[in-house]
Amino acid sequence: METLTGFFTSPMMVELMWTVAQIFAVIVPLLIAVAYLTLAERRVIGLMQLRKGPNVVGPFGLLQPFADALKLLSKETILPSGASKAVFVIAPMLTFVLSLVAWAVIPFGEGMVIADVNVGILYLFAISSLGVYGVIMAGWASNSKYPFLGAMRSAAQMISYEVSLGLVIITVIMAAGSLNLTDIVMAQKDMWFFIPLFPMFVIFFISTLAETNRAPFDLPEGESELVAGYFVEYSSMSFALFFLGEYANMILMSGMTTTLFLGGWLPPFDWPILYLIPGPVWFALKVALVLFVFLWVRATTPRYRYDQLMRLGWKIFLPFTLIFVVLTGGVLLGFGLLPQ
Amino acid sequence: MIAPLFFYLFALMTVVSGLMVIIARNPVHSVLFLILSFFNSAGLFVLLGAEFLAMLLVVVYVGAVAVLFLFVVMMLDINIDEMRQGFRQHLPLGLVVGLILIVELMMIFTQDVSSSNVLATNVSGEISNTAMIGSVLYTEYLLNFQVAGLILLVAMIGAITLTMRHREGVKRQVISVQNSRTRNETIQIVSVDSHVAPKVLEDSRAANKQIK
Repeated sequence: METLTGFFTSPMMVELMWTVAQIFAVIVPLLIAVAYLTLAERRVIGLMQLRKGPNVVGPFGLLQPFADALKLLSKETILPSGASKAVFVIAPMLTFVLSLVAWAVIPFGEGMVIADVNVGILYLFAISSLGVYGVIMAGWASNSKYPFLGAMRSAAQMISYEVSLGLVIITVIMAAGSLNLTDIVMAQKDMWFFIPLFPMFVIFFISTLAETNRAPFDLPEGESELVAGYFVEYSSMSFALFFLGEYANMILMSGMTTTLFLGGWLPPFDWPILYLIPGPVWFALKVALVLFVFLWVRATTPRYRYDQLMRLGWKIFLPFTLIFVVLTGGVLLGFGLLPQ
Repeated sequence: MIAPLFFYLFALMTVVSGLMVIIARNPVHSVLFLILSFFNSAGLFVLLGAEFLAMLLVVVYVGAVAVLFLFVVMMLDINIDEMRQGFRQHLPLGLVVGLILIVELMMIFTQDVSSSNVLATNVSGEISNTAMIGSVLYTEYLLNFQVAGLILLVAMIGAITLTMRHREGVKRQVISVQNSRTRNETIQIVSVDSHVAPKVLEDSRAANKQIK
């Protein structure tokens, strides 16, 4: 008994448990946010289309996400007989896990981050570029035509927009002078980056729409052509994992936009009174704002045609961001604004 | 205590998944294992304290190169049995290449690695290794860096010239032409006499009567 308590109070164990507690403190609110994002999406789009949206289950339909989750859980998990079984099962897990692990480096407030790594922004970029594997694996393992077509579209699309996403991130890194996300946020203390880098902010947002397969770039799941895209063959919990992963990715991308361009946890003005509201609240408000724009775009824009999507990514965004990287570097150097 | 544990985990996974790349029957599974081994080597880089290189490995190899690789392998209709046929035949060649690689690795290990000036300057740990790499890459190794970029550019241009074909008689969409169209050249307003039914309408009425 003594050794057991000694084991649990040893410094390593305490540190481990503290880390686990931190992880839960991020994941649990995140999953609740995902649940309510699905509700918010249906309500917001409903209001934009002069409908009511789901409002029956619970007050204002607040229990609707839980009803949906219960319904999904009670359904049968189907493994297609022609599927590559291991890959088929791993794909949704991969999507879900990748959408969660990226949150490790996002700072919610001053020092409120699970892992304050030096190359946080690169880590985020790396994880978001891995997201495509869940989609490709699902599409291929299903051994079916529609998922495969959806996966192929998604792979090409995500790779195309990753290029401009990367170049936008380079301009932000140049302006902030650090790869650390906390430093990037602190560099925006005087002015949020979306003001001096406004064109990049717009391109970043549009690229995140493409990266998360959201309207108007939701061709990988274009229901009118591909039934539902890469997750046609999925049901029950495996489908739910894709669904959760997709919405968690949306929140992650909004968090990334907030951190890179909208000053992270910083209040809009550098007034002492605004610092009374804690950083995570500012962060959540900004993320909610970006998410609202996500939903707004979905309600208002028609789906792009595939060649238009590719043209936008390669022929417009890529040259433009490339020129802007050079321009930003030149301006920073020329005016002596390079961060030390 | 945890670091060596992770080292053995990553190292084991790298070796096992590397082995699975050649053992797996399905080429797509091979590529997936290749990706896993890339990922684990990125983990090894992190353990070495080279987090910048680790992230680059994931972004470039796992996030971009391997996706395209997987893309191509999935699209190809590869007959697995046919692929297996040449296995015995190419075995000696493969062994020779493997042997050369092992000898090369041995030569690196027998050398004193720490004599390299890059590692020697990085010992302090004050400056992040990203800044370290930048300061060395753009000064001491500038020429090598530029040459590497040039080689990549040549490869890119080569790929484009190999695939670019101008076929005759293909109708292409030219977006600038579409956008520059004006109302005047596309819409023609014709005033129709409303009292007299156009001939087309009468023809269709007549046709309808015949059907009835």
